[in-house]
Amino acid sequence: MTARSPAAVSDTGPRVDGAPARNPALPKDLAANPRLDRWVSVHDDGTVEVRVGKVEFGQGILTALAQVAAEELDLPLDRVRMPGASTATGPDEGLTAGSMSIIEAAPAVRLVCAQVRALFAAEASRRWRTDLATIEVAGGEFRGPAGASATYAELAGSVDLAVDADPATPVKDPAGYRLVGTSAARLDLPGKVAGLPRFIADLRLPGQLFGRVVRPPSPGAQLTAVDASAVGEGVRVVRDGSFLGVIGPDEAEVGAAADALRRVARWAETDTLPDEDDLAGHLRRAPAEATTVVDDGPAPRATGPILGARYTRPYLAHASIAPSCGVARWELDGTLSVWSSSQGIHRLRDAIAQALGLGADAVVVQHVENAGCYGHNGADDAAFDAVLLARAVPGRPVQARWSRADELGWAPFGSAMAVEVTAQLDGAGRIASWRYDVWSQGHTARPGYAGVPGLLAGASLEQPRPAPPASDPPQAAGGGTSRNAVPLYDVGNRCVRGHRVLDNAVRSSALRALGAHMNVFSIESFLDELAWAAGADPLEFRLRHLDDERARAVLTTAATAAGWGGALDDGLGRGIGLARYKGRGAYCAVVAEVEAVHDIRVRRLTVAVDVGRIVNPEGVRMQIEGGAVQATSWTTKERVRFDRRRITSDDWESYPILRFTEVPEIDVRLVDRPDLPSVGAGEAAQGPTAGAIANAVAAAVGVRVRDLPLTTEAVTAVINR
Amino acid sequence: MSSTSRFAFRVNGRDVEVTARPGTPLLTVLRNELGLMGTRFGCGLGMCGACFVRLDGAVVPSCDTPVEAAAGHAVGTVEGLARDGRPHPVQQAILDRQAAQCGFCLSGITVAAAALLEQTPAPDAATVAEALDRNLCRCGAQRRIIDAVVAAGEAAR
Repeated sequence: MTARSPAAVSDTGPRVDGAPARNPALPKDLAANPRLDRWVSVHDDGTVEVRVGKVEFGQGILTALAQVAAEELDLPLDRVRMPGASTATGPDEGLTAGSMSIIEAAPAVRLVCAQVRALFAAEASRRWRTDLATIEVAGGEFRGPAGASATYAELAGSVDLAVDADPATPVKDPAGYRLVGTSAARLDLPGKVAGLPRFIADLRLPGQLFGRVVRPPSPGAQLTAVDASAVGEGVRVVRDGSFLGVIGPDEAEVGAAADALRRVARWAETDTLPDEDDLAGHLRRAPAEATTVVDDGPAPRATGPILGARYTRPYLAHASIAPSCGVARWELDGTLSVWSSSQGIHRLRDAIAQALGLGADAVVVQHVENAGCYGHNGADDAAFDAVLLARAVPGRPVQARWSRADELGWAPFGSAMAVEVTAQLDGAGRIASWRYDVWSQGHTARPGYAGVPGLLAGASLEQPRPAPPASDPPQAAGGGTSRNAVPLYDVGNRCVRGHRVLDNAVRSSALRALGAHMNVFSIESFLDELAWAAGADPLEFRLRHLDDERARAVLTTAATAAGWGGALDDGLGRGIGLARYKGRGAYCAVVAEVEAVHDIRVRRLTVAVDVGRIVNPEGVRMQIEGGAVQATSWTTKERVRFDRRRITSDDWESYPILRFTEVPEIDVRLVDRPDLPSVGAGEAAQGPTAGAIANAVAAAVGVRVRDLPLTTEAVTAVINR
Repeated sequence: MSSTSRFAFRVNGRDVEVTARPGTPLLTVLRNELGLMGTRFGCGLGMCGACFVRLDGAVVPSCDTPVEAAAGHAVGTVEGLARDGRPHPVQQAILDRQAAQCGFCLSGITVAAAALLEQTPAPDAATVAEALDRNLCRCGAQRRIIDAVVAAGEAAR
């Protein structure tokens, strides 16, 4: 077995066991993959291929990293090639998650490319018998005395990249950057706009078959009988325990056969799900693992009022526009090739190997893009589905694509959460003490978690591999349940505790921002409740409790841009929200303007963000806009629905998301900090957006709604209470 | 399984003939028989717009349109939007404004937006949002897309 112990993996980093001694002076991902030729190849056509372990899912990471590479190589951006990640040829950079890609990959790419450039410059100086200092590099061309010049391609034959990275390699001074810091156009967009095949469902390998899995009607259902004669001759039925699927050469026929099997299959079902109308009760009653995040000891006496509030969030779906899809081929020598849009191809490889009793070296996983990915969705599960289906046809690739109902019903959800908070004010209107408890299922059940493969179909097999409750990333990596549970305000004496509920009847795993969406929604809502009690303006009340200059800067930038304090028409409300992601990532403040006349409508979001040094300003704006719009959808519309047996929100009518006519105007202000390290932007806006919308709703209607989503019906119900 | 039949129709101005079982979604035929992968599968229920194509000018979900409904008619897909190798003004405006994230929803959106501009050459933002309301985008690029379509209309004026 090649299972790796859960202790051997960090939140997002590469695996660390079995590796030679690390050079601590190297960036983490480079220490794990020190050979330069793992990262870079120079091609005859003058392009330089840069292989990274981070993967693209629409967030623009490959463009940002290409900018970093081109910068250090002194190469035009269009001559950098960024292939999809592969366990066979590229570095292991762990997961593409947690807003860590730019933090983890950029320093590695920067150093690798600086060293490659230096090795090529040294070769040029040798070739021309001239001092290294006389070699200039521009536009991918090395120039020496007397008109001597050579390209990367012309020098490549004499330069050995099979060497380890040297941490002493000088990198460029950011002051001289010409590409990093500019809004380079996304490298992948022209092909996507033209409608070229590039998503995983577009993959057509020689001899490829189509596959569909007939998922059980409910979690835990057991297949008792199925009449395989219900399908036509062009289709083959695959069954292993309660795992049921079909494969064949004609996609429409395979789809029809899956529908036919679904009609005739008999299942033994049981009621396993909690009461969707009492999620807080369910979470608070279930066995849980409690963690004290911070405890300043007994609270001192204060003279002001004591306030308390409870907040809840339902389960949320990834709801990607493309259903999950995977492709697999069993090679005739017993090894396995897999194509997947997984966020962690190396972990998926290890999990598949573990599930099948193969050596990890027998499995190769190649990343292929799918539609936007917002956390641990069904990508890994679909890959494993393809593996199981393809086992019936060695040598032939099988593409397993999920249905919309599979996607909305079977991909892991972001967990429901419940918060209880109390605080006391002092006589001067400052917060004197703060008690905060948050209950949630775990936020990570990625492949390999808790020592198990953690792949959906595993629970259905003849020899099942059931999935234990989701775990949480360690607090040092930002935590899960308690991510952003500690306010960045000075709230006096604090006690903050997380309760990870040991239940997975509703399957939960990582959804963008993990617990931060709910914790920041709760903290920012409660800040406003305290401000009202103290008779203070919400902005002024926040600044009163805020020493951090960067936090103050984004808060005042957003407030000023939004016209904070200016008059609004009746039925409109303005609210503010603030957080620093994970307590050490990007700062983000949001002002929401909400209309509550007939419906609850978010009209406008004004966002200020500080991500340290900005690699690509448009890229940051896009991530912030997308995060804020998606959080608007979560906060005002979304709720996974179920009865005691089945998930019932399995199409776009039962799981509605924000539509074009509902999307707010959005104004993003970037606070550039060229002297500070870059941090990710993808998960900065969700919490502050939720808090700002909740506060704007309260300002508009005069009552506080503490249970998400803030639908028109929910707000009306609270008003009429 | 029913047996196959021949269906003849026009796709992006070209006459095609395919063999398929009646009831096969037009989407499957476009992608698997004609190699036009730009039209994407999103839900199979006609609810998300990722598979939008033109059928005699009307914007329809190709996942929900059986191939026989296209027989004898004209189908337009994202691959037919470009003219003389140049992107359609909507496509160009989307590139100019980087109005996309994952891009999966774009094909259906550009098809619907191009149809809008034929009817309403210079729409305002509210008209664009209304016209694209059957298209879902999960990454949150809607505002940029609306601005891009408005800009494409203005540029053509």
